[in-house]
Amino acid sequence: MIVSLLSIAITLLIALLLAKPVGIYLANSFNYSNKNKLFYPFENLIYSISGMKNKNQSWKVYASSVIVINAIMILLVYLIFRFQGSLPLNPSKIANMDPSLAFNTAVSFMTNTNLQHYSGESGLSYLSQMIGILFMMFVAPATALAVAIAFIRGLSGKSLGNFFVDMVRGIIRVLLPIAFVTGLIFVALGVPQTLDPTVTVTTVEGGKQNIAVGPVGSFLSIKELGNNGGGFFGVNSAHPFENPNGPSNFIQILLMLLLPMALPFTYGKMVGNPKQGRILFVSMTMMFIMFLGISLSAEYQGNQAINALGVQHDQGSMEGKEVRFGVAQSSLYSVVTTASETGAVNTMHDTLTPLGGLVTLSNMMLNTVYGGVGAGFVNVLMYAIIGVFLSGLMVGRTPEFLGKKIEGKEMKLIAATLLIHPFLILGASAVAFFTPLGHEAISNSGFHGISQVIYEYTSSAANNGSGFEGLGDATNFWNISTGIVMYLGRFFSIVTMLAVAGSLAVKRTVPETIGTFRTDNGLFAGVFIGAVFIVGALTFFPVLVLGPIAEYLTL
Amino acid sequence: MGAQGLRTKKELSQYVPPQKGGNGPMKKNREEVQMNKTMMNKEIVNQAIKESFIKLDPRVMIKNPIMFVVEIGFVITLLLTFFGDQTQVGFNIAVTFILFVTLLFANFAEAIAEGRGKAQADSLKKTKKEVYANLVLENGKHKTVSSADLRKGNIVIVKQGEMIPGDGEVISGLASVDESAITGESAPVIKEAGGDFNSVTGGTRVVSDEIKVRITADPGESFLDRMISLVEGAKRQKTPNEIALSTVLTSLTLVFMIVVVTLPFFTKYLGFDIPVPVLIALLVCLIPTTIGGLLSAIGIAGMDRVTRFNVIAMSGKAVEAAGDINTIILDKTGTITFGNRMASEFVPVGFDTKKSVGEWAAISSLKDDTPEGKSVLELMKKEHLSFDQSLGEDGEFIEFKAETRMSGIDLKDGKKVRKGAVDAIKNWVLATGGEVPHDLEEKGNRIASEGGTPLAVAVDQHIYGLIYLKDTVKPGMKERFEQLRKMGIKTIMCTGDNPLTAKTIAREAGVDDFIAESKPEDKIAVIKREQAEGKLVAMTGDGTNDAPALAQADVGLAMNSGTTAAKEAANMVDLDSDPTKIIEVVSIGKQLLMTRGALTTFSIANDIAKYFAIIPAMFMLAIPEMEVLKVMKLGSPMSAILSALIFNAIIIPLLIPLAMRGVAYKPMSSNALLKRNLLIYGFGGVIVPFIGIKLIDLIVHLFV
Repeated sequence: MIVSLLSIAITLLIALLLAKPVGIYLANSFNYSNKNKLFYPFENLIYSISGMKNKNQSWKVYASSVIVINAIMILLVYLIFRFQGSLPLNPSKIANMDPSLAFNTAVSFMTNTNLQHYSGESGLSYLSQMIGILFMMFVAPATALAVAIAFIRGLSGKSLGNFFVDMVRGIIRVLLPIAFVTGLIFVALGVPQTLDPTVTVTTVEGGKQNIAVGPVGSFLSIKELGNNGGGFFGVNSAHPFENPNGPSNFIQILLMLLLPMALPFTYGKMVGNPKQGRILFVSMTMMFIMFLGISLSAEYQGNQAINALGVQHDQGSMEGKEVRFGVAQSSLYSVVTTASETGAVNTMHDTLTPLGGLVTLSNMMLNTVYGGVGAGFVNVLMYAIIGVFLSGLMVGRTPEFLGKKIEGKEMKLIAATLLIHPFLILGASAVAFFTPLGHEAISNSGFHGISQVIYEYTSSAANNGSGFEGLGDATNFWNISTGIVMYLGRFFSIVTMLAVAGSLAVKRTVPETIGTFRTDNGLFAGVFIGAVFIVGALTFFPVLVLGPIAEYLTL
Repeated sequence: MGAQGLRTKKELSQYVPPQKGGNGPMKKNREEVQMNKTMMNKEIVNQAIKESFIKLDPRVMIKNPIMFVVEIGFVITLLLTFFGDQTQVGFNIAVTFILFVTLLFANFAEAIAEGRGKAQADSLKKTKKEVYANLVLENGKHKTVSSADLRKGNIVIVKQGEMIPGDGEVISGLASVDESAITGESAPVIKEAGGDFNSVTGGTRVVSDEIKVRITADPGESFLDRMISLVEGAKRQKTPNEIALSTVLTSLTLVFMIVVVTLPFFTKYLGFDIPVPVLIALLVCLIPTTIGGLLSAIGIAGMDRVTRFNVIAMSGKAVEAAGDINTIILDKTGTITFGNRMASEFVPVGFDTKKSVGEWAAISSLKDDTPEGKSVLELMKKEHLSFDQSLGEDGEFIEFKAETRMSGIDLKDGKKVRKGAVDAIKNWVLATGGEVPHDLEEKGNRIASEGGTPLAVAVDQHIYGLIYLKDTVKPGMKERFEQLRKMGIKTIMCTGDNPLTAKTIAREAGVDDFIAESKPEDKIAVIKREQAEGKLVAMTGDGTNDAPALAQADVGLAMNSGTTAAKEAANMVDLDSDPTKIIEVVSIGKQLLMTRGALTTFSIANDIAKYFAIIPAMFMLAIPEMEVLKVMKLGSPMSAILSALIFNAIIIPLLIPLAMRGVAYKPMSSNALLKRNLLIYGFGGVIVPFIGIKLIDLIVHLFV
């Protein structure tokens, strides 16, 4: 156990050390005056082919660019899924996807959720995997990253920038190079990368077995880096081809944390005060470590019901976990994947102990413990603004954040954004429990059933995409309802927060004095964490009590 | 020699050193208010109780969405009491009653805050009587009309003993006017045509002489009308920050509504139901009713505190902006210093001694009640010099006249003692054949070049020396500027002095920056410069040429003694005409914002304890294992819910005094302030309800 904990500590330490340099790199990548010799020619080529001009956009234009481009892509990919049976690159003869599933899948990948109501190896052709899925796995995080950068620009009083340029830069300077290199590493570690059809082998016993292979390596790196999380195979990173061993598991964790952990530093650099970013980073890391601690202790204690039967349990709760990862790496993976809103899994979350499941749920409900690439950080800044607004008055000034007065207009938008998350999660779950279409899908009744449904919608609303599994969710009801929740969970807050940024960008910056509420010290960390827990967490307290907590208490 | 030329009442009134709480006349006024308050307190409370019921009208209630939700909850539980599950009727009645009381408490908080303003408005209304006015017709004839018939541009004549029928400007004549009805200051003020002291207010009385006034306001738009509507709160609009805060609070209310409305779906799936009154109790406990009930009271009370300081703020927005001020621009004369008039040194000339200059200066000043005269006697005390008082007491005082530019005393033994402008005294001495000491000129010039004013002292044909009149920084100003610096506020001093003098005074007073030889247009330039850097600027002023700067400033405080133009351009008017009051206004603004923030934080932090009281209680029957979550060990599920609800209700009246008074504010750095307030209202907000609910439960549990 000591060795396992040490391995966790080392993994996190490396992730923490990478955060700052990557953060600075990100800031430079989106600095328009930075013309990187290596990448700029490529970008220029794209600009000249597409006729794009780097013109600053207003928040409205920026937001509508995001919405329109994403909508076009959703439609395109939807069509590919619907007609994949008759399209090329389908050696395994996979049939067309049905409409509700295609809708769900297209939305799911465009919103960086990757909630998979299909099984990758049997539900998608290689064309769908590569054009539909892989393409979106780059575009979706690039979109969110662009939005986050635009938001930070607005906060620092600059114009928001140009969405198309930001997206191109995000892909060319950030996602592609890192994904390319790590993809090669994954292949070296034993992950397949081939366009051959499913391999059929004769087993030792003489039976026939179909072994699904495919372009997994290229898929895997961007799946983790872009916080996409959609597995090439149905069981995601628990599959030996998608996560063969300890080193591959380690790199996957690093990739998931890489961008979410780096963004606070990007923010600090872009607003010209590294301390601003550092304090958010430290606050989030504290919450992360707290959640990880709860998860580890719960998983190591094992399942009381099983322990009571006299089953040996010094390994902890191994139900649903891969032996090659063990409790430590599985718990870490479950916490990281929900904290970073990736949604990749190397263990079945349905079989986590109640408190381990509670941690994964809490991470997604808060969506501020790092949070998914870009989107999560915008959410973090939203809570920072709420914290400033509620307690900032206590210094005797109207609230300011980074020298910008937070007034009625911004708070209206933020108030609406604050509402959408509980509305989607609790509202949709209530509907699911109300109609048999919803609750018939639950495989374990009682408190665990509550967790299953809540998990599904929380994962959708937070654009995480991991499934609690155990929920028979491949029905029209689930496809459509989660599709809507994912779409609103993603784009509603993008629009409102860009509007906030647009409104802040044009405001006069109030100079900082000794009387200004400081957002770069330990006191603010307290205010921020307080805002997250009191405003964010208390909302979900009753339902958590009925789900995982009741399950824990009655186990 | 302008120094000795009495510049009207204004400067005299400033002559009282401002202490905390303002200067003399104002203090008296506050005492009066205080007295009135105790007299009317019962009346206000009775009225507020009545208002609490009237405000239950849903049409009024809907303006406060948080309390409106409580009202809907109340109606539902009321209906359930009669038509719902009769086994729970006792509990339903209890919940209904507590919700009703919660509503009344919130309404009472608002009503009592409004009540105070109304009481003040009533006393102002008494001033606003209909009077007869002598209207001057175009043909020059006079006509007696009612003040209600006067229109803008009409010209009236007001004679001694008559009430001025409306706001206006003196176009000819000079009169002393008793403005006590508005300012509370009993000493009359001089109003004259032209210059900065020509504005008169309706409802004030001419005590001597006669003036011709051009009316500048139509009926209903006068200063008094505006004041009444302001203190009455009739035109009270929510301030920007209040609107933003309400938005967030409404959003939180909606969030908790989602939480509570969806809850039955989950419990139904688990096979149990939660009674509707319990759900309503949970909702009411979670939504921020504490701040929701007190928010408007805080705003009204903040305005009221400003009014109590005898400052009329034209809007709550201005008070809020005062809290945000980064820079204050202050005039030197009259604000930071007393003006060029304090004797600071006796300078002998010729072969005379300091003692003899002092003696004669004191004798000449014994009956002189101008500030200069008084300051001479004070300087004698300070320097421990004595003189023969009996000499002066029997003498005949010669008043200052513009033609002679000197004052003095004719003693019984025939000696004529004079003090005055150096050249005036010189001529006077020469005229009677006296001599002028050789160093008089030189010493006089030295004083002038240092920014001071020399007054020569002579007896008959002999000039003894000079009184060095120096601009003196008012006591306590340095400390105040130090406090402002601690709040992060920069002070800029404007003065017509030369840079050298300005620098000396600036250093002495401890201001951060100064503008020497400033002209009125310089002020506007400074304001614009500061504003371009994103700063909010406050300034005070009284003259017509201050008006543009007052309008440009984010907070402009005009002196009531000033011109109509200045008062109209400003967003606050100080009835005591004490320019240093801008500092108090800033503090009040900060206090208002802090109170709002503190109670918001408190209200939201309370939710943690309420959750721990209600959630286990709610689920206990269906899930007995919830016992573990009962950290507060409350008596029974029902008493737990009722206790949380009772706590939620009574915390409102318990906090009314705090909302009215405002949280304690001492100037300190934002970090220190935040730390302190977070500890009290944030951490306290988490702890207090745990204790409060537990205590209430001990009692409630006896009954259920």
